[in-house]
Amino acid sequence: MNPYVVLRVVSKLLIPLIFLFGFYVHFHGEYSPGGGFSAGVVLGVGVILYALIFGMDAARKAVPPWWARIGMALGALIFAGVGFVSLFMGGNFLNYTVLDPNQTYLGQHIGIVAVEFGVLTSVTAVIIAIFYAFAGRERSDDTAED
Amino acid sequence: MNGAEITQLFDYLFMVMLLFIGLAVIRLQNLFAVVMLTGVYSLIAAAWFVSLSAADVAITEAAVGAGISTVLLLAAMLLTSGEAKPTTAFRHWAALVVMTAAGAAVFYALGDLPVYGAADSPANTGVGMEYIARTPEEINIPNVVTAVLASYRGFDTMGEVFVVFAAGVGVALLLNLSGRGKRGEDN
Repeated sequence: MNPYVVLRVVSKLLIPLIFLFGFYVHFHGEYSPGGGFSAGVVLGVGVILYALIFGMDAARKAVPPWWARIGMALGALIFAGVGFVSLFMGGNFLNYTVLDPNQTYLGQHIGIVAVEFGVLTSVTAVIIAIFYAFAGRERSDDTAED
Repeated sequence: MNGAEITQLFDYLFMVMLLFIGLAVIRLQNLFAVVMLTGVYSLIAAAWFVSLSAADVAITEAAVGAGISTVLLLAAMLLTSGEAKPTTAFRHWAALVVMTAAGAAVFYALGDLPVYGAADSPANTGVGMEYIARTPEEINIPNVVTAVLASYRGFDTMGEVFVVFAAGVGVALLLNLSGRGKRGEDN
């Protein structure tokens, strides 16, 4: 049992707020500073804080490593996918205007939201994956030499 | 003293703090203290970015520099020893020579830089102004930074996402991704 009661209680309150702030930074990115990169980093930090306080096993249960593994590739695929969709709809690669049949701002908004979601997925997943890879290791002198 | 002068005063204050933290990081041998000080360095750098009105960069710097890199460096430090090996005098002198040359080059280039916040600097004229003028009519979102990142420079941002993905794959290949530290032992 973790003896740090204050840490556990405070972080239980803070972690949902960190996630909320991450999603705010993401979805408000068109109006205020923020966007996929910053939001993905904030969400990743939330998971890392959870792992630091409640242990790696609890974190692996909450966010399984295979989520991170799939998310890394999925985010990059979403971004490139938006590019290919706009290509097949008759525009240039990553020209979002064609995503809307009437060619208004709406196409740009759809495209920006979609690629930012790709950025968010990729960045969050990569940060969690790197943290899991580092934090799960033991000292090299404890393990068998090759 | 008006608002611009006060923020400029804060800029100098933050720069002096960064300088002293940098000096402390160089002098310390205890790696735990060094990791903590690099976290403090990032936090002050984030505050400095807010003072420079670069809130996007500040959010990322606070989360990456003060949060993630500190945690990752601590995790990496736990796998090695807690003290740095003392550096030989030769390496100190080599570093001094390289730094003096680089610093002299930077000071030589200083004269060509535009004045801080100058209206006729390249950043405030040319293509930057064009983005600001065209974003309301072409993309119609208030945050020009997002418009440039996601739409005008979408191709660059896609490259950045691929770089992030490549970094993740690289770490996954070097350390194993399941994070159990077991798979690497049997080969």
